[in-house]
Amino acid sequence: METIELIGREIELDEDGNLKNISDWNEEIAVELAKQEGIDELTDRHWAVINYMRKEYEEKGTAPSIRRLTKESGVPTKELYQLFPKGPAKKAARIAGLPKPKGCI
Amino acid sequence: MKKLVILGAGTAGTMMLNKLYNALDKDEWQITIVDQHETHYYQPGFLFIPFGIYEKKDVIKPKSDFFPSGINAITAQIDKIEPDNNRVLLKNNQVVTYDYLIIATGARIAPAETEGLQDKLWHKNIFDFYTIEGATALANFFKYWKGGKLVLNITEMPIKCPVAPLEFVFLADSYFTKRGIRDKVDITFVTPLDGAFTKPRASAILGDFLDKKNIKLITDFDIARVDNDKKEIISWEEDEIPFDVLVTIPTNTGDPAIERSGMGNELNFIPTDKHTLRAEGYDNIFVIGDATDLPSSKAGSVAHFEADILYENFLSVIEGREPQAQFDGHANCFIESGFGNGILIDFNYDTEPLPGKFPLPGVGPFSLLEETKMNHYGKIMFRWMYWNFLVKGLELPIESNMSMAGKRM
Repeated sequence: METIELIGREIELDEDGNLKNISDWNEEIAVELAKQEGIDELTDRHWAVINYMRKEYEEKGTAPSIRRLTKESGVPTKELYQLFPKGPAKKAARIAGLPKPKGCI
Repeated sequence: MKKLVILGAGTAGTMMLNKLYNALDKDEWQITIVDQHETHYYQPGFLFIPFGIYEKKDVIKPKSDFFPSGINAITAQIDKIEPDNNRVLLKNNQVVTYDYLIIATGARIAPAETEGLQDKLWHKNIFDFYTIEGATALANFFKYWKGGKLVLNITEMPIKCPVAPLEFVFLADSYFTKRGIRDKVDITFVTPLDGAFTKPRASAILGDFLDKKNIKLITDFDIARVDNDKKEIISWEEDEIPFDVLVTIPTNTGDPAIERSGMGNELNFIPTDKHTLRAEGYDNIFVIGDATDLPSSKAGSVAHFEADILYENFLSVIEGREPQAQFDGHANCFIESGFGNGILIDFNYDTEPLPGKFPLPGVGPFSLLEETKMNHYGKIMFRWMYWNFLVKGLELPIESNMSMAGKRM
């Protein structure tokens, strides 16, 4: 099992490198995960997306797709890509402590 | 009389119609099927049209050829479903009531979702091949094309037949080689996924095929818009990819009637129990085929395996029992790989496509994740099976739930 040390704690990761237990997540860990993704500072707009994703996950059991994010989080697609470059849905899910959104086939 | 209404007479709807027609007592049940079109398209055949392998006449038959006598077939557009009133309103002002409803309204391309896609180059230098119009327009274009940059782009997932885009570039490689202009055609496969396919092992193996066939792969590209003047696709991150001809797989959505009914998710696909195939929240509504939101492929084989499960569950539910049969997400896809070869993949919700052998009584075994002539014949033979067995609801010698027999871990 892969683990990383964040804010002085050993945290377990899943096969995609996302948190294995969403209960390990807190805001400090989000800041550290964001740094790993190349995002130095989480602004209010980042938090709006992160909090929306966590709420969706709690209600529906899966992290939302980009389309759902745009439609319902109030953050336009263009801005999502500026906030979370290279794959906003994947990146925001990881920072929010959620599993990778399922790419349906 | 009890009333069963089936919405959509494509692959899934027609299969269910025939299976249930044979099972339900004709004195007790009235079956109605509704579809806006009179022509049944063999959609897997669209892939072959741009390369002159099939023509339009090879992929069409009247839908009515597959309707048993004594059922009620209505050709009309659906306005909306009112699931709380157990009725369906049609655009011709007819109102159809039901005791049980099966929704098989499918998926369609929605090019208008992407800025500049359906603009002045549409069906001139930008083509889809998921409609008969797009596929035939592209066939005419390719016939006289002298070469240049051919870009295939998947807009976003999920899409119908997720292997079709790969098959398209494999066939393009084969087609332009035979035309003697392969050295003048630069083929690029542009996908929002992080590899050639979604599942890791198949993605790696299929990625190698792209490489071997000299087809460039660009991953993690999320298209934002098309610049028709510069002939470029542009991502949300402002990366640009120039093209001479763009073959697009536009956003796929469920039927607009689903949106009007307030029954769909953000792409108009209907939330469906992934094992029982019952619509979430409605005990007397089932959903099958591309119309569902299941995390499985949107493909004819999936509709076929679902049909076996739905058939059992439907018969349970009308007798007041709980649905027992469980769909496992089984998909089985022949991937045409060019030069008379094919690749086969077989997988479900939990097991990704694996290499090995696929046993099939009387015909097989077929090789999994390997290029063989046999797999190509499997694909070609399938059209005949489709018209003569599948849509008629007759049994095929293949299990609805996936088997591990022959697969290598």
